[in-house]
Amino acid sequence: MKTSTSRRDFLRISTTSAFVLALGFSSDSKGKLLKKVSTTGVQINPYININEAGKVTLFNPRPDMGQGTYQILPMLLAEELDIPLEQVEIQMTDGSDRFGSQLSGGSSSVRTRWIPLRTAGATVREMLVQAAANRWKISMNDFSTKDGFVINKLSQAKLSYGELVEEASHLPVPTKPKLKSFAEFTQLGKPSMRPDVPAKVDGTAIFGMDVQLPGMLYASIVHSPTIYGKVQSYDATKAMAVKGVRFVLKTERVFFHGPYSDSGGFDQKLRGKSDAIAVVSESYWSALKAKKLIQVSWNALGFGETATEQYFNQAKAAALHEGNEYKDAKVGDFAKALQLSDYKVQGTYQTPFMSHAPMEPCNATVFVQGDQVEVWAPIQGPDGLVNDLATYLGVKRENIKINVTFMGGAFGRKAVFDFVMQAANLSKQVNAPVKVIWTREDDIQQGPYRPGMISAMQGGLDKDGNVLAFEHRLNGASIMASVFKADMRKNPDPWAGEGINLEDSPYAFPARRNSFNWIDPQMPVLWWRSVYASTNVFAQESFMDELAAEGEKDPLDLRLHLLRDSPKFVAVLNKLAEISDYRAKRKQGVSIGIAIARSFASIVAHAIVVEKQKAGVKIKHVYSVIDCGFPLNPDNIKAQVESNIVYGLSAAVCNQITRTHGKTDQSNFHEYTVLRQGEIPASTIFVMPSQEEPGGVGEPGLPPIAPALCNAVFLATGKRVRTLPFDLSSI
Amino acid sequence: MSIYQLTVNKKKHRVDVDSDTPLLWVIRDVIGYTGTKFGCGMGLCGACTVLLNGSPIRSCSTPVSTLKPTDKITTIEGLSEKATHPVQEAWVEAQVPQCGYCQSGQILAASALLASNPNPSDVDIDTAMAGNICRCGTYTRMRQAIHSAAKKIQSTKKS
Repeated sequence: MKTSTSRRDFLRISTTSAFVLALGFSSDSKGKLLKKVSTTGVQINPYININEAGKVTLFNPRPDMGQGTYQILPMLLAEELDIPLEQVEIQMTDGSDRFGSQLSGGSSSVRTRWIPLRTAGATVREMLVQAAANRWKISMNDFSTKDGFVINKLSQAKLSYGELVEEASHLPVPTKPKLKSFAEFTQLGKPSMRPDVPAKVDGTAIFGMDVQLPGMLYASIVHSPTIYGKVQSYDATKAMAVKGVRFVLKTERVFFHGPYSDSGGFDQKLRGKSDAIAVVSESYWSALKAKKLIQVSWNALGFGETATEQYFNQAKAAALHEGNEYKDAKVGDFAKALQLSDYKVQGTYQTPFMSHAPMEPCNATVFVQGDQVEVWAPIQGPDGLVNDLATYLGVKRENIKINVTFMGGAFGRKAVFDFVMQAANLSKQVNAPVKVIWTREDDIQQGPYRPGMISAMQGGLDKDGNVLAFEHRLNGASIMASVFKADMRKNPDPWAGEGINLEDSPYAFPARRNSFNWIDPQMPVLWWRSVYASTNVFAQESFMDELAAEGEKDPLDLRLHLLRDSPKFVAVLNKLAEISDYRAKRKQGVSIGIAIARSFASIVAHAIVVEKQKAGVKIKHVYSVIDCGFPLNPDNIKAQVESNIVYGLSAAVCNQITRTHGKTDQSNFHEYTVLRQGEIPASTIFVMPSQEEPGGVGEPGLPPIAPALCNAVFLATGKRVRTLPFDLSSI
Repeated sequence: MSIYQLTVNKKKHRVDVDSDTPLLWVIRDVIGYTGTKFGCGMGLCGACTVLLNGSPIRSCSTPVSTLKPTDKITTIEGLSEKATHPVQEAWVEAQVPQCGYCQSGQILAASALLASNPNPSDVDIDTAMAGNICRCGTYTRMRQAIHSAAKKIQSTKKS
């Protein structure tokens, strides 16, 4: 992986109170060096601050939504700095340029910061050692570091980092600091306790919802029921009569990253922003009560008759035709290979639109004071928010300060900032700090949603059951078109092919073709935990079992054969077979189904044991194996697989978003149901040991869960599930 | 607006709010204990769970006017001094929380279960915890933590 050491920007900061050693990265995505920031009068928040009292503060550039970045990114710094994480204070970065990309998304946090943050830690460590060497006039090789001290190996004398920091700050920055080998790690690579956990069991962790500011007002929002819409007229008389209500105002909801115009979008439909009405009040309860009393007449802008049923019909019709082809999945001549096959198998799979439904509904507190903007919010990317707010409000980026709170879940939803923009818009209008809180109904009814997809699968087999040809036609919405207003009519959406390209799915088919047909969803769509891998892998891995059944092969044997040139996949499958006792003879009605997928640079395979009941099936056990490279905190990796099992099973057997007459049919957890305690199967999870670079952890456990379940259901009942969600109790 | 007297975490509070204000918003926005969370507003998710005289209730659907001054309301902040309740300790040991947003409600529900049933079966846990959703899916660890807290409480009683 490319490191960012060449973009290192070292800063010496002299403050009135203390010297701090500070090391940051330039953030320029093009890799240019940033100009060094003048230290006079500028507040600096680099990754590592050490003051003369020895206090070490480390900055976490990736917001935590439960995936564990709050621990693991500072630990990359602490490991190389040789200071236990328990001894440091952790702060979140504020979105400013010198921290680089600060987006938690795509299970990328460790992958992209693995080398840069360790290099930052190692650099500072070497400078501290050099300072000690200079003071004692002995070789750097005669020093070791431990627990925040530099130790003279000859005399055993110790100097704390605080005692050395001022001298160290005058030294040249080492260009090639030595990084530890895996064997030298003292913190990374073993199960460790996450530092945010204590605050999450005593109620002191601060989420966006918990932010309180003096003079803060609360806002509740009336959104367009058709998501896209304009206010024709509204009557606020009754709402204004509710005690505590200060304002009823027209506001808006902007979609994604702009342009925030009425005509955003390549198809020139009105999707840049929608109108909304806000109640701004002294308490949230009064704002909520007043919201229900507002009468609004809406113009649905032509979206009043849209429906998901209509969308899926269009996608199924499109699926009859080959789409725009993916180059990263092309092998041989599919059409010809299919023609030469003895047996042909087809299957059309459908996955629904989904809401992220994190436990903490969207909320944000913003204070706009003239050209100064400060935000307190649970968001996945403070740097992206700075950009969006600067565009939206027309203020300078350096005048925007973001305070990132803990997120009560996000799953992709809080990487777009419509709710923050609303708070900014309202704060500007009322000249006070405003906290916008979406209701659960807003959350479930307003999107953006994971796109529902139609996967049309086609395969060809020879007489012996060998797979000769394999095709996956994707038909559905483009997240890239939705978020970045890109035209996907003539091109395959590059994100949509994830999880099924040759790198992620190295099945050795002699001929293979993936393609994409764009269907307009008529609603905003967005990445959702594991994104298109969640929909693609369901179809792909289910269809693998359909081919195995048609060719009379064991599903595991078929995969092992087709993955024979991909040793990591084979190792994961073999480990899965071992821990699940896959080859054991099971009693009548008990079956084991498997699926494997690589996504976000990690491989996960699940085996699910189901038992046929009088009606439906019961999930007995889930076995999982993950190879995510070097496991930084194996316990948290297990926790993330557990999380993906539950989130993925909820999506397979419970919830979905449907829309009719332009409106979402579900509104709260009674209609958008999720799995609860007592509905969760027991699980056994194995984390593969590895000395390879770390892969993603927050998402890769999700894609193979639904197909493993549906493959087990097929083996137990003979019924092939091709549409999600399905009802376990009646299948 | 009317004055209500509430006993929250053993302290008496006088609050001046509308009679229909849910206890949730009184606790969070008036009294200032923000450990109790808003999740659905309909008593469906359990994020707002607090204890009323030791039993879990959904504070988002409990109007303040239905409470008596003598009712003892316990939020996560009042469950123990310094997070030393056996359930909280078991939660840390098992590394239960991920995002953490639902956990105040989960911990209070679990503590109420153990107070009334010191040795719960898996079925007892399923029943007692069914009202509390966790989107991060920490259910398996919660179950383990409840069992281990139960053991700890029992061994403390014996010794």
